[in-house]
Amino acid sequence: MATTLPPPKPDVGRPPERLEAGHNGNGGFGNLVPADGNLRALQEYSPPPSSSAIWVGIAAISMSFAAFTSALIVRQGSSTDWRHITLPSVLYLSTLLLILSSVTLEIARRRVAAFMSGQETRADVPKRWLYATLSLGVLFMVGQYLAWLQLRSQGLYLATNPNSSFFYLFTALHALHVLGGLAGLVRVTRKFGLSTLRRSTLNATSYYWHFMGVLWLYLFFLLWMKI
Amino acid sequence: MHETSAAPAPAAQHHGPPTTFISKHVFSLDHKVIGLQYYGLALVAVFVGMVLSWLMRIHLGWTNAAIPGLQAISPNGAPGGVITPEYYLQLMTMHATLMVFFVLTTAPFAAFGNYFLPIQVGAEDMPFPHFNMMSFWTTLTAFCVLISAFFVSDGPPLSGWTAYAPLSAIGKVAGPGEGMGQVIWATAIGIFCIGQLLGALNFISTVLDMRCKGMTLSRLPITAWAWFITSCMGLTAFAVLMPACILLILDHVAGTSFFIPSGLVINDQLLPHSGGSTLLWQHLFWFFGHPEVYIAIVPGMGIVTHVLVTNMRRPMLSTKALLYSMWALAFLSYMVYGHHMFVSGMNPFSSLVFSFPTLMITIPSTIVVLLWIGSLYGSKLRINSASLFALGFVSMFVSGGVSGFFLAQPSLDIMLHATYFVVGHFHMVMGVAAMFGIFSGTYFWFPKMTGRMMNETLGKTHFWLTFVGTYCIFMPFHYLGMAGNVRRYASFTDDYLQRLIPLHQFITIAALFTGSVQLIFFYNLIYSRFRGPQASANPWEGTSLEWIMPSPPPWNNFGGKDPIVYHDADQYGVRTSTGADYIMQNSPESAVVVRDGD
Amino acid sequence: MAKLLAVTIIVIAILSAIPVVMNTWKAPADISTHGHLIDNQMSDTMVEAGVSFLAAQILLAIFIWQFSSPRTDGKVKTFPGGAKGLVIAAIVLVGVEVLALGAFGSKAWAQVYFTPPGVDAMPIQVQAGQFAFYFRYPGPDGKFGPLHPEMINEGNQNLFGLDPEHDVDSRDDIVTAEMAIPVNKEIHLLMHAKDVSHSFYVPALRIHQDFVPGLDLSLHFTATQIGKYEIVCSQLCGLGHYNMRAYLEVMSPQDFDDWQKKQAAAQ
Repeated sequence: MATTLPPPKPDVGRPPERLEAGHNGNGGFGNLVPADGNLRALQEYSPPPSSSAIWVGIAAISMSFAAFTSALIVRQGSSTDWRHITLPSVLYLSTLLLILSSVTLEIARRRVAAFMSGQETRADVPKRWLYATLSLGVLFMVGQYLAWLQLRSQGLYLATNPNSSFFYLFTALHALHVLGGLAGLVRVTRKFGLSTLRRSTLNATSYYWHFMGVLWLYLFFLLWMKI
Repeated sequence: MHETSAAPAPAAQHHGPPTTFISKHVFSLDHKVIGLQYYGLALVAVFVGMVLSWLMRIHLGWTNAAIPGLQAISPNGAPGGVITPEYYLQLMTMHATLMVFFVLTTAPFAAFGNYFLPIQVGAEDMPFPHFNMMSFWTTLTAFCVLISAFFVSDGPPLSGWTAYAPLSAIGKVAGPGEGMGQVIWATAIGIFCIGQLLGALNFISTVLDMRCKGMTLSRLPITAWAWFITSCMGLTAFAVLMPACILLILDHVAGTSFFIPSGLVINDQLLPHSGGSTLLWQHLFWFFGHPEVYIAIVPGMGIVTHVLVTNMRRPMLSTKALLYSMWALAFLSYMVYGHHMFVSGMNPFSSLVFSFPTLMITIPSTIVVLLWIGSLYGSKLRINSASLFALGFVSMFVSGGVSGFFLAQPSLDIMLHATYFVVGHFHMVMGVAAMFGIFSGTYFWFPKMTGRMMNETLGKTHFWLTFVGTYCIFMPFHYLGMAGNVRRYASFTDDYLQRLIPLHQFITIAALFTGSVQLIFFYNLIYSRFRGPQASANPWEGTSLEWIMPSPPPWNNFGGKDPIVYHDADQYGVRTSTGADYIMQNSPESAVVVRDGD
Repeated sequence: MAKLLAVTIIVIAILSAIPVVMNTWKAPADISTHGHLIDNQMSDTMVEAGVSFLAAQILLAIFIWQFSSPRTDGKVKTFPGGAKGLVIAAIVLVGVEVLALGAFGSKAWAQVYFTPPGVDAMPIQVQAGQFAFYFRYPGPDGKFGPLHPEMINEGNQNLFGLDPEHDVDSRDDIVTAEMAIPVNKEIHLLMHAKDVSHSFYVPALRIHQDFVPGLDLSLHFTATQIGKYEIVCSQLCGLGHYNMRAYLEVMSPQDFDDWQKKQAAAQ
């Protein structure tokens, strides 16, 4: 008697809500008994790699800024040529914009999740929020550039005095990393448009973007306090 | 019978088999190819670094020696073939930079780690193959940028691989090579940091997220742990070196004064800098620099343990204790960096504070050595090239390590700081030991990577001559140091150093001899690659997952099916149904350990 | 082959130890008041390090010898006490050893760095620059004139950047290329870096200290033996680093006075 196996379920192109059996070679332990009978050894669960990877990246970036911070503190302590400068006023606005972009990103994520689970049928709603985040991010960068222009108009360049050195250094490096974040957001938006976006990609990009906001708040505070 | 999972393994970042020559051998996403590329880079770097050291040693033994051909290569650096003092320092700087970054960080960690870490955790590849490929090409770019320093007008920097400010920061007034050469150096190192960070990202994610079914963290082979620990260190250490390099470059090209205080005068000119901190560079550099030396040695510890366990046919007395000690070394390595700065002018109280964890770090180091030695007891040690180098590692690590007892104490550092004692210490405990780890890993894993065995006679000859040779080179460094021989001297003009020159000459001859011996290894590599006898899948009867795949492995490691793991990698010295004394990690057979009175 | 390795390891270990035990290459004789603390610490450390070194290498060799012949009984034995014993031994023995070394060693360090110079220590300033050491004595007024780096002019022999025209204290300062000190007199050495990092290392005096541009550091010491010694730079400072040295002459008080008068006349 012939037995036929049911055909395999087609992949509907939706990112899994949670890790299913077989992904990344982990999970699906129900039928596996370890030789030494230690069932507890099987409880380990493997999340998608991008979520641990993004934390690794965030850790590395944090260490770098910690190193720069210590350079700032030592440099300030070792010299007599520290001349306090007033932070360009545009920075307050750009900070607000960056925080807003995190808010819009979170809204975008929820809309994407709703779309993925079928509760939301219009693709342009999450897209709108993603575009909003991108725009706010770009506006933030414009604000940073304006801040540099404001400093230059006061005659403060990179090597004018140590404060200005650190100001340009911190803001430029942060902007460089934000550029990376913007590239990630563009990638997410594109993938969403093509229906190839995975939840892990969206999450990783979002964590990075929020980290840019947190990092900026820290730097802003540091510059305000020290410079 | 080894089970594999019923369903084909999907992969988070699955990539299809490479088809073109470029995608197979050049821009490859395959971690194995990337690992081999790193190994090739390390081979080139070690060759260049070794030749540089020969030039240095010849000059130290015979200051006025005219080296044939050198004038053609560098008419400024060696007019008439005689090395000038500045050229000596430039050779020294490049020797150290190449060796520390492109050999000791690259080979044990990036080369072997890239090749074997995914395999040992049972994965098809690393989670981010594109980042992985980028990390190699970034590292190669860094190497090319570094080498380009030889070709700029003034040559490479002469400030040592430690590049202390202000010498390294004030530009070409400081000396030849300190202008463009120093900027190139800092740029190359900055690029290298990026490559390493990308690599560390992949390694950490592989261990955390790509383990196959049954591969719990406690079942990871010790080499996988070693690479994981090293990546964690690399992540934090290189993330501090890069800022330091950026600040240094800014001092050069942007007129800033991060590291340069005011009031400095060279050639009767007051330098236009002010307010920087000389010591800031040292703090930033050594915060990176000390973990870096552990980054250089921890993978070697993993490799040597792995090789010894396989060849002793028994596990370590306590793999856990070894693992915890390696973690302790990594953790403590961040707290000891000030021992490079005992007499640097930092607060002398800080020196005492730093010496305490430095002395404490002896404890985990001793534990690992005692575990290696103690595990030999009652073992069934097999002697082959791989195990010889592993045993040589232990001996070298002991020799290099005990000089640490001296250097950890600030009061003794008064006599030994910046002498050849330090140079002997780090060459033995980091340089030679790590090289032995690389050799051991090569002889051990060559059959797996190429499908052929290396020639044992050549391998053993290589071992004997290198073992004795490196002792002849580096043990005398300690005597020189105890006599007060200052390091980084292009030649010895001081009265009290004259009587030490014969010892330097002895060392030079040993160095030239031992260096030439490495040609045997190189020849063995090339010859065996093409003409070596065929290797089986598991020539050493090892338990870890690299031995379940054919030699060499297919592009997707496990043939599209993830293995399932039932044991840790320590199942040696066991009684099995087949009569073998080991059980592989993916064998469902239960282990019955046979020890002592059984 | 394993037996050969075992023998080789032991031979290397013993050969390595011989020059140390025989003191073949040793530091110059100590001429300082605090050096004996360092030297004692050095010998104590040498004994502990030497014993550890020899014990580890010999044990390694013995086990390689004993446990590498092919054995057919198939059983693997465990080191008595297993890992636990070894780990505890490492922690306790090494821990105690290094703590002891650290505790005793800090005495020598404290003597050099935590004690202030005596009130009548003789001040001498040393300036390190590419590639020479220069010394300045305060002269009869006992005071050093201020330094003006912008006035340094080696061509005119204004090595320290002094301005005797406007600074009264500079007028009697004595600048020399070699350092002379009276024996058994405490010296307070004021260290100034002109351009990059250098270091002041006198092995015989058991002192070693980096010059840090931007920081004014000082040392104090007393020499106990008349003679001529070398001060060498030990911090890489450029192409002339290998050649950067000055002579330290320890003289009798009478000879020192004569020397100082001669130097003052030559200013």
